[in-house]
Amino acid sequence: MTTDAHSETPGTPLLSVRSIEKSFPGVRALSGVSFDAARGEVHALLGENGAGKSTLIKIVSGVFPPDRGEVLVDGKPVDLARPDDARRAGIATIYQELLLFPELTVAENIFMGHAPRAGLGRIDWRAMHEKTNALLASLEIHDLQADRVVGSLSVGNRQRVEILRALSQDARILIMDEPTAALTEYDVTRLFDIVRKLKARGVAVIYISHRLDEIFAIADRVTVLRDGAHVATKRVADTDAAELVQLMVGRRIESLFPKITVPIGKPVLEVKDLERRPLTRSVSLTVRAGEIVGLAGLVGSGRSELAQTIFGVTPADSGEIRIAGRKVDIRSPAQARSLGLAYVPEDRGTQGLVRPMSVRENFSLAALGKVAFGGFIDRGAERKLADDGVKRFAVKTSSLEQIAGKLSGGNQQKIVLGKWLANEPKLLILDEPTRGIDVGAKAEIHRLMGELAAQGLAILMISSELPEVLGMSDRVLVMREGRIVAEFSREEATQETIGAAMMGSHDNAEKAA
Amino acid sequence: MTTLTLAGTEADPRRRLKVLASQEALLAIAVIGLAIAVGLYNPRFLAARNLSDVLLGNAYIAVAAVGMSMVIVSGNIDISVGALIGVLATISGTLAVNGAPIVVAWLAALVAGVLVMALQGAIIAYLRIPAIVVTLGMLSILKGGLISVTGGKWITDLPDSFHLADIELFGVLPFPVFLMILVTILAALWMRYSASGRAIYAVGGNAEAARLCGISQPRTIVMVFALHGFFAGAAALLYATQLRVIQSTVPPNLELTIITASVVGGVSILGGVGTVIGSTLAAVLIAEIASALVFIDVSPYWIRAVQGVLILVTVIADILRRRRMAGA
Repeated sequence: MTTDAHSETPGTPLLSVRSIEKSFPGVRALSGVSFDAARGEVHALLGENGAGKSTLIKIVSGVFPPDRGEVLVDGKPVDLARPDDARRAGIATIYQELLLFPELTVAENIFMGHAPRAGLGRIDWRAMHEKTNALLASLEIHDLQADRVVGSLSVGNRQRVEILRALSQDARILIMDEPTAALTEYDVTRLFDIVRKLKARGVAVIYISHRLDEIFAIADRVTVLRDGAHVATKRVADTDAAELVQLMVGRRIESLFPKITVPIGKPVLEVKDLERRPLTRSVSLTVRAGEIVGLAGLVGSGRSELAQTIFGVTPADSGEIRIAGRKVDIRSPAQARSLGLAYVPEDRGTQGLVRPMSVRENFSLAALGKVAFGGFIDRGAERKLADDGVKRFAVKTSSLEQIAGKLSGGNQQKIVLGKWLANEPKLLILDEPTRGIDVGAKAEIHRLMGELAAQGLAILMISSELPEVLGMSDRVLVMREGRIVAEFSREEATQETIGAAMMGSHDNAEKAA
Repeated sequence: MTTLTLAGTEADPRRRLKVLASQEALLAIAVIGLAIAVGLYNPRFLAARNLSDVLLGNAYIAVAAVGMSMVIVSGNIDISVGALIGVLATISGTLAVNGAPIVVAWLAALVAGVLVMALQGAIIAYLRIPAIVVTLGMLSILKGGLISVTGGKWITDLPDSFHLADIELFGVLPFPVFLMILVTILAALWMRYSASGRAIYAVGGNAEAARLCGISQPRTIVMVFALHGFFAGAAALLYATQLRVIQSTVPPNLELTIITASVVGGVSILGGVGTVIGSTLAAVLIAEIASALVFIDVSPYWIRAVQGVLILVTVIADILRRRRMAGA
């Protein structure tokens, strides 16, 4: 691989992660990942969705054990069987979803589970407040009071409470999972101040983020993961945004994606100045028959929100939608469906599949109108519809009566996709069509998408996997902060151009230059 | 009747085994097995008179459990139904005593049941308030209202023609038993074969997925509650007409007995799973156990404890089944 920076750290690293391997049923999440962090170092972990960052930090936090490999603190191996083991080893983790008790005060939250005690097991409230004030003072936080109720605090302040909680347990290694995802710009600056203070105290910070500009602003070194493997560890001073994007997305073979070139027809979906605050801002786009339009962007850039606004889940505040040239006002999913729209949601567990229902019942759910006559379902027609779907999508199931929740992720995704196609839509919106499914099922879904486009279906595909966007799309739109910020033809689109537009790192590259 | 078994009609031997392992089959076996076992111990249990009393006196619970099963399959719960049955019985009886045409007295119970339940369904669905809270409130309103309005007085001197429960079809089949079987079969067919019935399972199994498929969750829930109100009305008529008087109270914890029948019948408390055939069989089984206790010289007060054990066993089995499914 590329140059390694391990040797440049003097002495024993505070945290050292060695050759971690972890598999889940059907997926290899991590294959031999190593990195280390010294006292007072901010070490960033970078990678696409599904690269293995979350799995890695969960292993270091003791959420689940690795299959192979070890974690060392101060050069000594530690056994991290439970989150409590990690806490005792001085490792604290701040997850994206903050784990606080909104009804309790700042002090109570910080000392939950390890409150200072007076006699007879009573909580020593005075000591608790004093210690909280001392912690606040040590980070020079002056606008947060120990007796404030956490539920009334801003997200930024809540995050500070979590950091204080970690410090109150003498954490020496602090893992932060996308800490700025929900923060305002002002809070980001304040977070960075705190991170710098922690650094000065000798705390090692493992910083996970998608945002390249933050990594350049705060990190000392960065480790890039891709598909569960360690790609490179670089000193931030020795690299630039373009290199990191390239390392992150890699260069995979495009022939994995069987893009068929088909004649592009008339516009099926035309969206003009669509508004739905806060995450859909003046969006205009067109998708034509036979065309696959890729919608790229970071998590939280507003892609799923846009899809749900078009589909009537969260109807638009203003703007115009035309289906096949006719102006429509979509207020509900039922209406969208009757207009020939189909939406395959991102989270098939909560949004797509009715798990206790059989394969047959799931297949017919969106097309009940086609198999029901006078309000009653024609079993024969329903079975035929499901049987066609199972064959067309090569769903591996023992029978049509198999409970859908028992199938593998890839097969569940095929059912969710098939369910919508039973309704013969004109426009298909796919939200992360292949997330979390194995390579074989992925290839089959890509093959199907190609075939559907060839049959004249217009497809809008949301994907966080750049190779998928590049491989499948006729055109690529990039979203950032609720707006479409760039559009590339298939020829113009590269990992670098899309990656840069996604991250908004033009400015950053200029700054670095 | 094969069309009503859980796994359909195809002649796949593995499927036939599955049918035998279904909750409905287990309950049917339990109903028959228990009758034989208790009959061996005390043959008087099997006397036609006793068996028909057991069914007659409890058919209204099975009818109410049909509606309750729909409510639970849709992912909701209703604890007001016991009190509502008392109110509906009183409304119907009062009209009959005061000279209203008997048919009007009967229809009034059905209509009032639908209205009260549809209102609750609308509050639950459109204001998104948990069903347990809404129906708890309604339980108090109905119970308190009934005792205040009637002053605890019983309704007597009911006209003879009011007594639906006295009718015997073809001279042998008591009307309550006939109604129980009819309601169960029609509701089972409807839930299994109609698009609206399918919508109940979809909303209860995954409300978000159902919504994205264009199934309106609020409308489905209001429909389910309205139907449940209709069955509560029918149950109230059976209850009101089986004795010569209508008391201003219903058996204590009636709603819990009805919920028990649904849950023991295989309706998942988490929604999305279950059939009304199961709940009717479970209602029969519970009534049978209560009667059996007397015949084997055990205090009938044990019936509550037995119900409790049945509930815990079925709910634990259901949760374990779901967990296995989630793990796969």
